[in-house]
Amino acid sequence: MAHAHKLEIFRGLLKFKSNTQKIWGVLVFLTIVTAVEVALGIIKPHSLTHSHFLGMKLLNWIFITLTLVKAYYIAWDFMHLRDEKSALRRAIVWTPIFLVLYLVFILLFEADYIYNVFKDGFVKWNF
Amino acid sequence: MDSTVTTTTEEKVWGGGNRPLNASYGKLMMWFFLVSDALTFSGFLASYGFSRFKFIETWPIADQVFTHVPFFHGNYPMYYVAFMTFILIMSSVTMVLAVDAGHRMQKTKVIWYMFLTIIGGAIFVGSQAWEWATFIKGDYGAIETKGGRILQFVKADTGERAALADFAKTIPSERTELDRKDGVWFMSEGYMPSYTVNEVKEGLLANPNILIRTETINEDGEKVVLNREESLKKIRDASQVVEGANLIHNEYGSRLFADFFFFITGFHGFHVFSGVVINIIIFFNVILGTYERRGHYEMVEKVGLYWHFVDLVWVFVFTFFYLV
Repeated sequence: MAHAHKLEIFRGLLKFKSNTQKIWGVLVFLTIVTAVEVALGIIKPHSLTHSHFLGMKLLNWIFITLTLVKAYYIAWDFMHLRDEKSALRRAIVWTPIFLVLYLVFILLFEADYIYNVFKDGFVKWNF
Repeated sequence: MDSTVTTTTEEKVWGGGNRPLNASYGKLMMWFFLVSDALTFSGFLASYGFSRFKFIETWPIADQVFTHVPFFHGNYPMYYVAFMTFILIMSSVTMVLAVDAGHRMQKTKVIWYMFLTIIGGAIFVGSQAWEWATFIKGDYGAIETKGGRILQFVKADTGERAALADFAKTIPSERTELDRKDGVWFMSEGYMPSYTVNEVKEGLLANPNILIRTETINEDGEKVVLNREESLKKIRDASQVVEGANLIHNEYGSRLFADFFFFITGFHGFHVFSGVVINIIIFFNVILGTYERRGHYEMVEKVGLYWHFVDLVWVFVFTFFYLV
């Protein structure tokens, strides 16, 4: 059991006095990130929805990045991964990341291929 | 700083009782479970991505599907889901505060924080049930074509959605819902749409203000609205009226969207539900003083891990179902 808590977040930029304070600090941060996501989702700025990166809208990349940021702080501070041994942390984090990247790459590539078959092939489905 | 192996004396290495990862058996097993569960959810979300990329040009837009807030009328996309997300994050915070109080052996504080966590979880599950009910009931109604595509209706002057009730004609007909009292005992039908295809067709012909909106998404990320002539041509393909959504028909667009919605949020909701049940069990154990006698509150920490995981999954579901 990790009784000694590391009280720094943002790579030591912000240091809290107690664990309780850190929890509230992380809550404030997560709330701000969620609010930014929702605001972007409602406004949908034209510049972000019309520029693409790797075949996906810039806005969607922003959403995914912010999600990963949120996931990081939930896992690191709420699930105490920050206080665990680095070996345990790596075993927990990198296993799913590796497998998920692999799966997502394969499935999305395949889906894009099927999309093209539906679009250019001799299949009529949208009627 | 963090070394991998923590053996103090070399003699102990083979004697057992080592904790190379400095975590107890129970906690490690919880982490194993969470990693495998994370892979299950990833599989669901990845297959959602697969179906979505397959039908990238016709996929429903979440903003136009989830537009309701309880007790309010009108079009409020996203606000309610954002509220649900906040509730879940908040209950995660009270959970982590309970774990923190457990480390300090403060029983009363653990009880209160666990209680608040359970309330938060209950609010979330209730909200999800409401979200399901709204989704299943549907709001405007639509027409399904022979090819299984969905045609929705908009008002030409304002661009707002038009409900079937706004324009469909009422044509008297003999067809009524088959009730058990009218047929043989095993014959009854669960549901009959409020309008027939013919009534919608006639309504569209009579009302020049109504246009058809197809599933196709244009470059601006909006659904394509047909002009009057195209609408009248398109309505000939109509095969049935769809109100609401289930696993087979979906008035919001692609039926796969509804399937994945039920499956993924349902699986997540089941996790939240079981999390609440486990939390309640631990809550009573804390009240009875089980962990006070045991000398540590590690059990609270373990259910805490599960609870945070549920929150973590929701963060991803929220992004991929409602935002992206």
